[in-house]
Amino acid sequence: MMRPDDFEERRRHLAGMSDEELARYFWELADRVVQPLVDLARTHTSPSIERSVLLRMGFSSLEAKAIVDKCVEKGLLGKGAGHVVWKLASARGMSVREAGVALAEGRMWDEVAGLFGAGR
Amino acid sequence: MGGRKLCPNEKLDVREILRDLEHYRPRRRGWTWREKLPPGTSLGSFEYRQISRPLEQSVPLPAAKHFGGIDPQPEMVVTTEIASGRFEDDIRRMRMAAWHGADHIMVIRTTGQSHFDGLIEGTPEGVGGVPITRKQVRATRKALDLIEDEVGRPINFHSYVSGVAGPEIAVLFAEEGVNGAHQDPQYNVLYRNVNMYRSFVDAAVAKTLMQWAGMAQIDGAHNANATAREAWKVMPELMVQHAINCAYSVKVGMAKENICLSTVPPTAPPAPEMRLDLPYAVALRRLFAGYRFRAQMNTKYIESSTREATVTHALNLMLSRLTSADIQSTITPDEGRNVPWHYNNIAALDTAKQVLVGLDGLRNMVKLDDSPEGELERKVREITERAVLFLEEILDVGGYFEAVRRGFFVDSGMYPERNGDGIARDPEGGVAAGTIVPRDPDYMAPVCAHFGENHLPEGTRADRPCNLIGGCTLCNPEKIVYIDELDPTDNVESRLAVLEAGPPGVVYPEVEWAQDRVVTITMFWPLDEARAEAAALETARRLGLEEPKAIHKEVMHPAEGTLVEVKGRVPFGIELASLKLPEEQKTLSPDEIRRFVKDRGVKVVAATVGQDEHSVGLREILDIKHGGIEGFGIECHYLGTSCPVEKLVNAAIEVGADAILISTIITHADVHRMNMKKLADLCVEKGIRDKVLLVAGGTQVTWDIAVESGMDAGFGRGTRGIDVASFLVRKLREKEAGAGTGTGPGAGAGEGEGAGAGARARGGTDTGADAGAEPGVGAAR
Repeated sequence: MMRPDDFEERRRHLAGMSDEELARYFWELADRVVQPLVDLARTHTSPSIERSVLLRMGFSSLEAKAIVDKCVEKGLLGKGAGHVVWKLASARGMSVREAGVALAEGRMWDEVAGLFGAGR
Repeated sequence: MGGRKLCPNEKLDVREILRDLEHYRPRRRGWTWREKLPPGTSLGSFEYRQISRPLEQSVPLPAAKHFGGIDPQPEMVVTTEIASGRFEDDIRRMRMAAWHGADHIMVIRTTGQSHFDGLIEGTPEGVGGVPITRKQVRATRKALDLIEDEVGRPINFHSYVSGVAGPEIAVLFAEEGVNGAHQDPQYNVLYRNVNMYRSFVDAAVAKTLMQWAGMAQIDGAHNANATAREAWKVMPELMVQHAINCAYSVKVGMAKENICLSTVPPTAPPAPEMRLDLPYAVALRRLFAGYRFRAQMNTKYIESSTREATVTHALNLMLSRLTSADIQSTITPDEGRNVPWHYNNIAALDTAKQVLVGLDGLRNMVKLDDSPEGELERKVREITERAVLFLEEILDVGGYFEAVRRGFFVDSGMYPERNGDGIARDPEGGVAAGTIVPRDPDYMAPVCAHFGENHLPEGTRADRPCNLIGGCTLCNPEKIVYIDELDPTDNVESRLAVLEAGPPGVVYPEVEWAQDRVVTITMFWPLDEARAEAAALETARRLGLEEPKAIHKEVMHPAEGTLVEVKGRVPFGIELASLKLPEEQKTLSPDEIRRFVKDRGVKVVAATVGQDEHSVGLREILDIKHGGIEGFGIECHYLGTSCPVEKLVNAAIEVGADAILISTIITHADVHRMNMKKLADLCVEKGIRDKVLLVAGGTQVTWDIAVESGMDAGFGRGTRGIDVASFLVRKLREKEAGAGTGTGPGAGAGEGEGAGAGARARGGTDTGADAGAEPGVGAAR
């Protein structure tokens, strides 16, 4: 889009504001711009986020990648990859580590699907 | 676990850094600011207003030797960016940088890492930066822990939490004691074409982790300046980008004091830089009060001239002093021509230290014009209003994503002007498009420092979700899984093996990597630009340099001449054992000198000879107040400047001097050599050559030149009184011992300095004793 500088015209409604008012208005606008972005983040997740959860649970980057790839494939990412590992461990009385390693090796995914009601 | 302490005389041992890395834990997390000293703190002869606690070990500015060696450190954190592609070379440079005042070390990532969907492991070699991996981060942190102990100041380690693996990198950094990072989802969207939804969703978790670790966050707004066609016109947009990242960060829970704006003076001379950049800097600091400021230097207008870059950067530093900065970044003056070289990181750091200290307390005397009708205030208001209008229009079109889709950002028009050359991105496109998913109503993540909806089982403490799994790695670092290497060939071990396979005891020059063998030569050719370059390259080839390349050209005059800098590789290394070092002049202790002088009495006559009015150097050697030889009781007869040699010799005869000291400053046509020879010859002629020691000093004087010219000793730059006094005492002692055994004036040649001639295999051209034994011999060589 091409547009000549129409600053003088556009600024008319700002002209009467004090510097403080202008600054306050600037931050009000900034808050309004970012609010929907924050809401999006609050309600969504991503493969990287889920791998970051698994890293924090004590899995290696390679294990985390294998588990998350499977979660994506099975439509389980929205449950949380850490949730998947934790749920399997709880259901089977395994340690979180054992459950995660099994999943990273491609085992026990059918069981997981059952635990979450066949996924989505 | 901490590794062996560093010793200033020893090189950093990369193998020691790599040893037992598996078990290394960082000693702290979070950012550290400098310890500011109260205004009015004295250092040497001066009071300072804006300095921090001095380093325990450092290299001061070159001129510091005239100021008692003081090395005042500015109050702001000072950054250096290091990006060689091999971390084992980077850590050596970090150590040099720390000695020159860097306490924020920013490690640039390898090209392409931002599109790598996951963590990289091991130590593969990078391009234009290093692959950021756990091993690289841990080794670097370990090295920095040793380095910060050596200099006595905490060092902040910094890299990038961007790209499509942001949350994972943030975990890695939080676990490994990385202290600061770039994090700005807009950077991914605009410059890395990462899908915008993915970028913002990931950013919220990454920022939450950074906040947990107390890391400083730096945004990416400065890139708009570096990218836009007319960089000075993006100022309103820069404010909008800062605001989006700041507001977003605060909303996801980051503390304002951890959020740093990466602000850059958008333009450079020949534009009237200050008048454009100052209002912007003022507007920003007012509008973003409460946030921190990381003052970046201009990169947009750096060409191959390191001089030009340095001046632009000095102006940038001036701007930091006229406004404020919490972190002062530095850009190497060679950034416009290559990946930065070792010594250019140091040059940039010294530029920052020099200017910041030079402008210490400037605002106590200089005030910015804050009258509403003045040019500064009018411009501040205008930029702010333009930024407000930009935000209004983002909301008008439907929000941030839509604005990006329409190419609002990095447009070269001064908003609201638009030139239609902005970067437009498709919200449904880009790298990793379609990868975010909604969190289900039962979404759960049993870890700390997580952002967003998290439906923990009933009874779980909200502040300790990881109780569910017996602790996460943030609470229990022993759970961290360390991977050493994945690639059996592309790793630090194989690179070290190549270096170590070379012949032992051979060293090579380097600018970036160990043994890269790169050197530069600077030439002036009395030719036009094209032929000057060709002639310079041919010269480099004939000198044996491999792959010569012109890295800088500057026309002095279209016909009269051109400056050319050429780089190339030297085809050889140097055997350390073969190096001939100048005679080491060990000083005697002041007490020993005083005792000798008191018992025997020592007289000297001294003057600056020839047509030379300089007196500073010689006065420093003589004067008691400069630590000169008078202080040891030596009787000094100073005859002033421009003293004829004859007058000196006569004075020496008259007072019965033990030595004649002459000073001769930079000369052309070898006048200094001629003066020395003249003095030596005249002493022979007058029959006193065996009675007096002849000592020459000056910036151009070396031991070899002096001895070749018939002197007993020559002292160059950096000589102190005690060096000269030690020589005199040693020599007089030796002479008298020789005279006692009756072997004549030449006896000294067999001992003391003279012995060095054979022992050091130097071909016998250089020791004072040799030349002194037989006047005139030195001159004949």
